[in-house]
Amino acid sequence: MRRTIRGTLASTSAALVVLAVLAGCSTDVEEPADSAAESTSESTEEADSGDEGEWFVQADYDEQDEQRSATFEGPESEPWLQYIDGEMTDTSEYNSGGAKKVCFANASVSNPWRQTGFITMNQQLEALQDKGVISEMEVRDAQDDDNTQLADIDYFISEGNCDAFVISPNSTAAMTPGVERACETGKPVIVFDRGVETDCATTFIHPIGGYAWGIDTAEFLVDNLEEGDKVVALRILPGVDVLETRWAAAEKIFEENGIEAEDFFTGADPTEIKKIITDALNQGEVAGVWMDAGDGAVAAIEAFEDAGVDYPVMTGEDEMSFLRKWEETGLNGLAPVYSNFQWRTPLLAVEKIFAGEEVPKEWVLPQTPITEDERAEYLEANEGMPDGHYAKFGGEDLPGFPEAWQDR
Amino acid sequence: MSTTSITTTETPARPALPVHEGSLGSRIASGMATPGGAVFVLVGVLLVAIMVSNPNFTDPGALIRFAGRTAPIAIAAMGQYYVIVSGEFDLSMGAVIAAQVVLAGNFIGQDEGRIIPGLLLMLAVGALIGIVNGLVTTLLKVPSFIVTLGMMLALSGLVRYITGGAASGNPVDAFRDIGRGGIEDVPVVDIIPFPLIILAVVAVLSVWLMRRPFGRTLIAAGDNPQSMHYSGAPLWSYKTRAFVLSSLSATVAGILLVGYAGVHPSVGAGYEFTAITAVVLGGVVLGGGRGWVLSAAAGAFALELLFTLLTSLGVTSTWRDTVQGLIIIAAVALSARAWQVGRRPRRTTSSDPSPSTDNTATPSPNQPSTGATTGDN
Repeated sequence: MRRTIRGTLASTSAALVVLAVLAGCSTDVEEPADSAAESTSESTEEADSGDEGEWFVQADYDEQDEQRSATFEGPESEPWLQYIDGEMTDTSEYNSGGAKKVCFANASVSNPWRQTGFITMNQQLEALQDKGVISEMEVRDAQDDDNTQLADIDYFISEGNCDAFVISPNSTAAMTPGVERACETGKPVIVFDRGVETDCATTFIHPIGGYAWGIDTAEFLVDNLEEGDKVVALRILPGVDVLETRWAAAEKIFEENGIEAEDFFTGADPTEIKKIITDALNQGEVAGVWMDAGDGAVAAIEAFEDAGVDYPVMTGEDEMSFLRKWEETGLNGLAPVYSNFQWRTPLLAVEKIFAGEEVPKEWVLPQTPITEDERAEYLEANEGMPDGHYAKFGGEDLPGFPEAWQDR
Repeated sequence: MSTTSITTTETPARPALPVHEGSLGSRIASGMATPGGAVFVLVGVLLVAIMVSNPNFTDPGALIRFAGRTAPIAIAAMGQYYVIVSGEFDLSMGAVIAAQVVLAGNFIGQDEGRIIPGLLLMLAVGALIGIVNGLVTTLLKVPSFIVTLGMMLALSGLVRYITGGAASGNPVDAFRDIGRGGIEDVPVVDIIPFPLIILAVVAVLSVWLMRRPFGRTLIAAGDNPQSMHYSGAPLWSYKTRAFVLSSLSATVAGILLVGYAGVHPSVGAGYEFTAITAVVLGGVVLGGGRGWVLSAAAGAFALELLFTLLTSLGVTSTWRDTVQGLIIIAAVALSARAWQVGRRPRRTTSSDPSPSTDNTATPSPNQPSTGATTGDN
């Protein structure tokens, strides 16, 4: 008899111990991570109050908020060449004829957004090869690894025989020395998408940015929801600046307007997304869904369908899967855009640089969300494209359209 | 005369061994006291705790949906059980799920006619992976830890190569219905999810299988591989079949998950550890030889209930891995001890104190005394 009692005690107390430990942990979770203050020294200086979190920089927020309504230079039909008026880099020293070799250090192609962009870039390359501007583009894929990308850049510098470097950094701080080393070669360096902490590059190409995304989406939800409504915020992963700033801006606006938003990390795994939404629905009504990237939006919507409740007000992305599901369900939504057509711009910048034309030092591309009124137009324009395609990919006039994007 | 009378009187005096000891009630009670039984109590406790913290969970519809979504984990845990109880590990489970999910998305696509061939292909691929895992472990004598780790990396690399790491399109809705749909308009619970039905079928088959000679031998193989070797049982065949069952259950979990959520290369990530945690929480001893297959499934439910409880208590999901790690360590430590208590006392720690006191009182002249490196000589 003694053994049986001890057996039960042992295994139930195992579970209880774990529970107790966790209950203890849960109280610490709420604490804001103030240790991050050192890592981004400028942010602490510029942030108006310390409790905004490590990623919130008021000055950047204000700048991007303004840029949302800025006028862009250049033709509207070619948004990938548009930019906000500002400091220009003189490139007359690079003016030379002949086809050039471009070396591209890519962070990865591990999400549909990057895959779509990389196809567009390759088609743009084809067009420029036909024009005799670029001889070849050597690509190294770092597979989301900082060290691999640093090695890739060093390989290009020492053995790549490159005329120009194109770098899409994997992470901001870690890639800074790599970009600096590329700059030291004296050859043109083009950085795009995620930024680095140096301005040595010939041009840094990016859409307006994460704060603009956060402002567009959070304002849409605030406008369509009541104070006190609950919003589930689905985030891919922590620590990437272009994603963190989206949430930082949205969180601020939600707080200011009394929207009760709770954020979760999903790793873009649809199983996780569905579980999170289902659990939230079990807790009570969910009025809105905010996403920092549209990957997995369909799983989130399906969770509402499976639970048999009304669709939420929702922001996804201009990924086809979301646009299609959005139309099919008729929910009230918005598709924010992190302009995928920026993948064309680096190679077009190479063309300009070797022609001696000046390029913007910081090349800020337009970034406009797709509203419900515009949705049909984009669905039609992208008919036959796979679910992982992005509506604002901007490659309609490139060779290989549309097969190159359809067969992936 | 006297000798015959002794034998005749003794034989009927020895009672036939009963099939079961005690009444059904007392057998259940003593079963609940083992780690394998206590997990069912734990499931009950957690369920009540969730219902108290979140009254919405008392709705039968919410409960059955929860059970439906836990089915893939429970099925994976039962698959992992076969391997663990035979004394091995299967770390390739999550990668198998990811590979099957991507396979379903690419092969079946939007073509309903490919559902049946697709399912057969997935099961064949699953079986093949299990056979490779099993044969390399048993015939080439590579520890299963390494074999399945290698298989995990090989499959992950393959998935990454095929997809580039991003989601492709979902397979046709009719196929996804296996994991997403159910029997609708059922009174009280509203819907009986198909995954729950599949889980029930798998559970019944597993119980039956573990009562067959195969199951008995598998447990014996985990308990004492040496004696199984001497008994002449083909260990390699039994263990290989356990690996095949594990991969097949990962395949079934993959089929359900692609229906539940859709195609993404990250689906199934971490499933091997979730399954191992569930099995351990179910009181199955790592290293093999002890544990009940349904306890593994109950362990999966307990684990998911625990996570749901933590969510409803406001603990962020980033703590999940930490919780899982603590559970593995705590459950292994405590359940191994609990099983030990139930075992017959070992000969080395005999309950009879007289020999040991004799030893200390009068040490043998030839034996080294405690702490001495040599004996009398």
